[in-house]
Amino acid sequence: MSIRDIHWFRFASPPNFYHLAGRLWPYFAALAAVLTLVGLWIGFFVAPIDAQQGQGYRIIFVHVPTSQMSMLIYLVMAGWAAWGLAFNTRLSGMMAAALAPTGALFAFLSLVTGSLWGKPMWGTWWVWDARLTSELILFFLYLGFMALQASIDDPRRADKACAILAVVGAVNVPIIYFSVYWWNTLHQGASVTLKGASMATPMLVGMLIMVLAFWMYAIAVALLRVRTIILDRERHTEWVKHAME
Amino acid sequence: MSANLSSMDTIEVMRAIVRREVAMAMRQKGEVLTPLMFFAVVSSLFPLAVGSDSALLLRMAPGVIWVGALLAAMLSLARMFASDHADGSLEQMALSPTPLGLTALAKALAHFLVSGLPLVLIAPILGLQYGLDARGLGILMLTLLLGAPTLSLIGAIGAALTLGVRGAGVLLSLLVLPLYIPVLIFGAGAVEADAAGLGISAHFSLLAAMLALAGFFAPLATSAALRISVE
Repeated sequence: MSIRDIHWFRFASPPNFYHLAGRLWPYFAALAAVLTLVGLWIGFFVAPIDAQQGQGYRIIFVHVPTSQMSMLIYLVMAGWAAWGLAFNTRLSGMMAAALAPTGALFAFLSLVTGSLWGKPMWGTWWVWDARLTSELILFFLYLGFMALQASIDDPRRADKACAILAVVGAVNVPIIYFSVYWWNTLHQGASVTLKGASMATPMLVGMLIMVLAFWMYAIAVALLRVRTIILDRERHTEWVKHAME
Repeated sequence: MSANLSSMDTIEVMRAIVRREVAMAMRQKGEVLTPLMFFAVVSSLFPLAVGSDSALLLRMAPGVIWVGALLAAMLSLARMFASDHADGSLEQMALSPTPLGLTALAKALAHFLVSGLPLVLIAPILGLQYGLDARGLGILMLTLLLGAPTLSLIGAIGAALTLGVRGAGVLLSLLVLPLYIPVLIFGAGAVEADAAGLGISAHFSLLAAMLALAGFFAPLATSAALRISVE
């Protein structure tokens, strides 16, 4: 069967997607585990000691992927939300709801690993740097999304309301980023900038592998979570009783 | 009402909505005055908390007054659609031939007139307590005047989303405050930049740009959110 013969819209139906997600998530989880092991091995044993930061820089292998994923997941979430608003598909809202906790987790981890890194390098847990501040605001946006989702009882209404919030948030993220950036540079010169691409190859490879590993993790967890959301919302239907047997 | 509503009629409807909102606010003066008192009390708490060092207070003034105004304007947001939602007039508005987005725009404008404008007017008094000079007070008022309508427009989205939701008040602040940050930065930043001898035209341009953006997009998002609430 070629890929053209697959009727893609079949998977927009929650029962079908439930089974598809059930088949797919173990692969993503396995990939995530393998890639994490390889990435951490490169990060701890292959990558050289940094000339300026010594061993301490090695948290980069967790910090950079978490930051990237936290921003990417918000966009993916807003994309699902917009899709759900435009085509009125039930599954889109469930996907957005399933992604939000993972995105919030990554944003939180990015802040935590950042401050753990900041303490030995800059001598402080927190600076009001543009990047840090906008990551914090992104974390607040995730919290707002999850709080709105939790406080509306009707799941369809919750999905639609959250979809509008996610789209409004996605429009605002660049505005917030640039205003925070400008606010910061008004007060003081940029105190911290990453060194850009001036990085040894093993470091870069390790980091890219960790980014891939976190992608796989995020997909696996989102699929698992969307499965429970589907079961929860469809618990009165025949197919769920069937699937649970 | 005829189906092919002319633009003149639409403007009449919007004016009627603004007039109605303002008239209703004037009949319940407490609701207009409470946020003002809140604003005054919050601004007076800061010197008590950080001490009366006048140099420090002068540096803090724009930020404190902007945050106070932002919180005070947020207090009255929940009321924007609540009573219309409760008595069913919101559904009539959604069904009426006037586009719901324009109704939302009129509501946001009324919210600015009733909640935002009084804050702009008493801000200089609070600024005086912090030792701002006439120039600083003028810039503070102008930034509030440009920023407060944006706050009302963005706040309308939050008010529409949390309509009839459990714990709407606190939830509303969680949704709306992160979106207020750019306005806060440039609003408070303008006074500070001027005090530091830097140009402030960029701040005003950005505040105006945000107002223009919010003026176009926020009513669309608000009307979409309102339709979900009255579904």
